[in-house]
Amino acid sequence: MKRIIQSFLLAVVSCMFAAQVYAASYTISVNQFVEHPALDAVLQGLQDYLKDANVDVAYNIHNAQANMPTANQIAQQMIGEEADLLVAIATPSSQACAQALKKAPDSLKRPMLFSAVTDPVAAGLVDDLEKPGGLITGVSDLLPVKKHLEMVFEFQPDIKRLGVLYNAGEANSKAILASIIELSEEMGFEVVEATAPKTADVYQAAKSLVGRADAVFVPTDNTIISALESVVKVGVQSKMPIFAADVNSVERGAAAAMGFDYYKHGYQTGAMAEKVLKGAPPADIPVEFQEELQLQINVKYAEMMGITPPQSLLDKAAKIYE
Amino acid sequence: MTVYAALGAIEQGLVYGIMVIGVYLTFRILDFPDLTVDGSLPLGASISAVAITNGINPYYSLVFALLGGFVAGMITAILNTKFKILHLLASILTMIALYSINIRIMGGPNIALLGSDTVFDAVIAWGIPGQYAAILIFAVFALAVTGFIVWFLKTELGMAILATGDNPRMITSLGVNTHMVIILGVGLSNGLVALSGALIAQNQGAADVGMGIGTIIAGLASVIIGETIFGDRNIARAFVAALLGSVVYRLAIALALGLDFGGFSFNPSDLNLITAILVVIALVAPNIKKKVVAR
Repeated sequence: MKRIIQSFLLAVVSCMFAAQVYAASYTISVNQFVEHPALDAVLQGLQDYLKDANVDVAYNIHNAQANMPTANQIAQQMIGEEADLLVAIATPSSQACAQALKKAPDSLKRPMLFSAVTDPVAAGLVDDLEKPGGLITGVSDLLPVKKHLEMVFEFQPDIKRLGVLYNAGEANSKAILASIIELSEEMGFEVVEATAPKTADVYQAAKSLVGRADAVFVPTDNTIISALESVVKVGVQSKMPIFAADVNSVERGAAAAMGFDYYKHGYQTGAMAEKVLKGAPPADIPVEFQEELQLQINVKYAEMMGITPPQSLLDKAAKIYE
Repeated sequence: MTVYAALGAIEQGLVYGIMVIGVYLTFRILDFPDLTVDGSLPLGASISAVAITNGINPYYSLVFALLGGFVAGMITAILNTKFKILHLLASILTMIALYSINIRIMGGPNIALLGSDTVFDAVIAWGIPGQYAAILIFAVFALAVTGFIVWFLKTELGMAILATGDNPRMITSLGVNTHMVIILGVGLSNGLVALSGALIAQNQGAADVGMGIGTIIAGLASVIIGETIFGDRNIARAFVAALLGSVVYRLAIALALGLDFGGFSFNPSDLNLITAILVVIALVAPNIKKKVVAR
C-alpha cells in the first residue's frame, strides 16, 4: 500500500510541472502523427501564415511518433488543454481528434481543422465536402493523379511498366493506387506494385522493382516517404527513375514531382485557421483542396538515374535542383 | 497534465489493461514470450469493425473478435508445440501473417467507425456523458476479465496452465497433455488481446492495420511496472498489478505530453524519451525510499 501511495504522490508532484500556456490572444493545440519532412512542412506553413497575418497564437504541439495509442491520448490531452482551435495533421491523428471531440462534454468542444488528409469522407471526418455541418473542416491533399502521370510520361515517354511503391496499410495510398490502375488502361501502361509495411522494408521493396519496372512512382505514402533515400539509392544504382507526388521529395533525390508543396498546404490550413479563430463556424466552411500544383525537378539525380529532363518541362518547373 | 488528460490516460490504461492481462498470462504464467499480440490486437479491431459496419450488434462483435484472437493464438501455439518452431519465431510468423490477413478482413487498411453504433451508445443512452462512458465500460470489462482469469486459474484446467509454466516435466509426468494446455493458454491470451483491440477501435473511431505496432512493448512494460510497483505475491494481486501497471504506463505518457518546466518546454519529438524517464522514476522510487528509510 505504501508503494501505491508513493507512486500516487509522485504522480501528483509531477503534475505540478504540467503545461501552462503563456498569455496570447489565441491558443491552438496540434496533433501531428509522425515526424517527416512533408508533415513538418504543413506545421511550419500553418505557423508561418498566422505569423504573417499577425495573429497572436500560442501553440501546444504534440507528436504521436507514429503510434496510434499515443495519437489517441494526445487527442484527449488536447481536449483538456481547452485551446481555441484543434489542428490534426494526417489521417490517424485526425480520426483520433474527431473521436475525442465527439466524446467531449459540450463545454470543452472546440472547432477542429484537419490537414494532409486524402479522403476526409471515407475517414469519417465530414459527411459532405461542401457543407461539413459539424465542428470539423480542413484541407485535403487528394492527388490529381492524372496530372501527375502526364508529367511522368512527358519526362520519360517510353515507360511501358510503371512501378508503384506503397504501404498496403495506408488508406491514402490504396486510394491513389486505385486511380493509377484505372488510368493505366487509358494511358497504355502496365502497373507493377511493390508494398512495404514498415520503413525498414522499403529498400527491399524498391529492389524488387528492379528489372520489373521502367520507372517508379511514389504516392504520398507516409511509410515510403519516410525512407525515400533508400528508394533513391536503388533508383541510382539500377538506373530506374523515381518520381514522387510531393515536392519535398525532389530535394531528397526524386527525379521530379508535380505535387503539393506541403508548406503551401499548411499555409492554406493557416488561412482557414484564421477564419475559424475569428469566429467563422467550421460547419459552413467547405473542405478545401490544393489547387495549384508545382513542378520541381532534380536534374542531378534524374541524370544519375539515367534520364535527361526535357526542355519543355524545365521551362515549366517552379524549382530546379542542379 | 489536465484532469481531462488524466481521465483519458486512465481510460486507455484500462482498455489496454485487458491486453496486458493477456500478455501476463503468456509471458509470466505460461513462460511463453508471445509476439502474436502485435497482430491479434488489430485483428480484434478489424473483426469488430467489419461486423459493426455490416449491421451486427457491437456487443456481439466483441465475441467474434475474441474468437478470432483465440484462433490466432492457437495457431502460434500449434506452430510451437506440434511443429517444433521456437515460440518467439512462431509468434513472429503469426504476427506478420496477421498484417496481411487484417487488410483482407477489412478490405483495406482502415475502417472508420465515426458515427457507427458502438458499445458506448447504450451507456450514453442512460444519460452518462460521453467522456465517462468509455471509462465505465472499460473498467467493467477490465475487472470482469481480471476476475474471470483469477477464477479460471483456480480451476483444474487453470492449475494445469500454472503448472505447465512452472514445471512442464512434472505436469507431463502427472499425465497432462502440455501441448493442449499451451494451445489453450496462448489462445485465451490472444482472445483477450483481440477483445481489447475491438474495444479500442470502437473507442478511437477507427480500426487501422497499423494500430497494433508496439503493442507487445506496451504490454511488457506495463507487466513489469505493475510487478515492481504493486507486487505479485499471489495470482489475484499479480493480475490486478498488471492492470494497474497499464494505467501507470498511460499516465506516464499523459504526464510526458503535458510536461513543461517554467519557460523551458520540451520538443514534441522528446515524448518517447520523457515517457521512458518517467517510467524509470516510477520503478526506481520505491527502492530509493527503502534505502533512505533503512538508514
